Amino acid sequence: MTDANATILERAAETAARATPAPVAKRVRALSDRAVAWLFIAPTMVLLLAINIFPLIWAIQLSFTNYRANRPNEPVRNVGLQNYERILTDSDTWLAMQATAHFVFWTIVLQTLIGFSLAYLIDRKFRGHAFWTTVILVPMMLSPAVVGNFWRFLYEPQIGLFTYIVSFFSGIPPSDIAMLSSVKLAPWAIIIVDTWMWTPYVMLICLAGLRSIPDYIYEAAEVDRASPWRQFWSITLPMALPFIMLAVLFRGIENFKMFDMVNLLTGGGPGSTTEVASITLKREAFEKWRTGFSSAFAIILFVAVFGLANIYVKVLNKVKSR
Amino acid sequence: MNRITKTAFGLASGLLATTALSNVAAAEDLTLCWAAWDPANALVELSKDFTKETGIGMKFEFVPWTNYADRFLNELNSKGKLCDLIIGDSQWIGGSAENGHYVKLNDFFDKEGIKMSDFVDATVVGYSQWPKNTPNYWSLPAFGDVVGWTYRKDWFANPDIQKAFKEKYGRGLAVPATFAELKDIAEFFQKREIDGKTVYGASIYTERGSEGVTMGVMDVLYSFGFKYENPDKPYEMDGFVNSDKSVAGLEFYKALYDCCTPPGASNSYMGEGIDAFKSGQVALHMNFAFTWPGLQKDESVGGDKVGFFANPKGPDGEQFAQLGGQGISVVAYSDKQDAALKYIKWFATADVQKKWWSLGGFSCLKAVVEDPGFAASQPYAQTFLDSMAIVKDFWAEPSYASLLQASQKRFHDYVVAGQGTAKEALDGLVKDWTEVFEDDGKM
Repeated sequence: MTDANATILERAAETAARATPAPVAKRVRALSDRAVAWLFIAPTMVLLLAINIFPLIWAIQLSFTNYRANRPNEPVRNVGLQNYERILTDSDTWLAMQATAHFVFWTIVLQTLIGFSLAYLIDRKFRGHAFWTTVILVPMMLSPAVVGNFWRFLYEPQIGLFTYIVSFFSGIPPSDIAMLSSVKLAPWAIIIVDTWMWTPYVMLICLAGLRSIPDYIYEAAEVDRASPWRQFWSITLPMALPFIMLAVLFRGIENFKMFDMVNLLTGGGPGSTTEVASITLKREAFEKWRTGFSSAFAIILFVAVFGLANIYVKVLNKVKSR
Repeated sequence: MNRITKTAFGLASGLLATTALSNVAAAEDLTLCWAAWDPANALVELSKDFTKETGIGMKFEFVPWTNYADRFLNELNSKGKLCDLIIGDSQWIGGSAENGHYVKLNDFFDKEGIKMSDFVDATVVGYSQWPKNTPNYWSLPAFGDVVGWTYRKDWFANPDIQKAFKEKYGRGLAVPATFAELKDIAEFFQKREIDGKTVYGASIYTERGSEGVTMGVMDVLYSFGFKYENPDKPYEMDGFVNSDKSVAGLEFYKALYDCCTPPGASNSYMGEGIDAFKSGQVALHMNFAFTWPGLQKDESVGGDKVGFFANPKGPDGEQFAQLGGQGISVVAYSDKQDAALKYIKWFATADVQKKWWSLGGFSCLKAVVEDPGFAASQPYAQTFLDSMAIVKDFWAEPSYASLLQASQKRFHDYVVAGQGTAKEALDGLVKDWTEVFEDDGKM
């Protein structure tokens, strides 16, 4: 900082101090550093408690009751672990968990493979790579509501562009390509859209990983006459791995609670084929109004995601420390 | 006072006066909540007369059907004051009565001389009474509705098509008298080339999210012999919901979906059905009667090209149809209940009901629908009368939402996704519904 700038700042501080009413200034001066720190943190803490911690504790409490939000006049009864028992022994819950697992697994596999490949290509810094990076990033900048609606039209069996292209190349009549109505195709229809939208995000994180590898390591490898293939397996992939794992973590958590896109594309159908856990949860909470039951379901999902994410972070830290 | 101060004072006073006046106006306005659809526009038009007569302004809160139940049930459950009057779905009556959302109207009806016997019986039971078949009224029947069918009259009258149909089925192509005949017709039209365009058999309800597939399936199941419960022992469902006749009805619905619907029609309800018919895709179209005035007026498929018929008979000659429609109620949390009751009194008069019908609202007043000129007043009027005479409705219990979601899942899983058998779907439904009633302490 130059002397001139320092003088300007000092003067500004002096003016501010003079403008502070004397009693306030006196009281603030009387506070310890720790108290001032708490004073600054307090609003955030209050907000966090009000919108995160309190609802969580309330949901835990409700999960042991038969409370229904649409029956305000009925007495609330404690049902112990009955809600948890019902959920864990309900075959429909497990079907929803299977649908979620299928969706999470395949979206992560595809997004990681394609995202890393794209990042690897973009990292070559070819002519116009900045432009292509921007183009690739466009899908993730769109609203999921817009993406869901517009892919629904693309998938239309009679007028959809996607259907037309598939029909053109495969020779199958468009009316037979019912992406959202077919039990076999609907889960893949959602995976395709999610992959289209979120691969750029994975690419971006992988690109950061690739760009963080110092050039001198490659130069040393060249001196040792390591082949490009060997360089990829021994330098690029291990050093980018923590970033890839981070992308997998973010996408995994996000897709485990996926709701908007599935709701817009299939609403969980046909039948319950694409009914992921969050759709089931919404139905229980806001359509059947089983508030206690749905709170228990939400807690189970929260514990599952939290537990898995914790294990994963530990693995991630081990990989980083290697 | 300098000029700037004077200007500021003037502006502030003006703003204060405007706000105060708008509040005075707002205090006298009533807000009516309903679904966003064609009849709602007719009601806006009709309600202008109420404002002229009483000086009470009307505001409207219309929500699309897909969010209608969520939005307004949330509003009622949270004891919100948004709606002074609400036209709530028939199945809400149990919950709204028991949870105190609606004002009970018996005393008001007695005082004002409004007789429920003046309204079509099925609509009184369906929209107003809770418990059913008891003289406890929570709504005034406002909009009669029922599931029926529209068909392409011009295609049915086409000599070439008539000939081809007769060759294949040995009978003339006419409005179906039974569901079996309906399926024959739908199969006949499926993927047929008409005027250089591929058309399909029928548009039926398959929607998963709200109530679509249940309304469609129940509409067919009733005529196949489905019963909700043992008539002698309430809530005993085993052997009634999942009877052989019900299984046959559900299998029929799935067969109709598999053979004869347009591609991709796996999540189709009222709007999608209208689109399919208006775009000339289908020969037959299942939908609520409220769609008929719009289809009749449609430039490309309306007029002489469209015909209407009531649900055909089932295998044993039984003939029923799914009730739709709603009653109008006063919201118990409203601060303007007196004005809201004035509106109901006005709405119940014969002249208003006649105008309601002329604007496209399906009146439930006997004086209107039993008028000698009614049947001929619109091409669909007779079909409406025939259909309203055979209605049945879904559960209207306080737990209707849970009961509905269970049937939505079971029916969609079987009909659209082809999972399991019809028997398994209905057995599962008995299990789900039993669980709901057990939770409610009714079993």
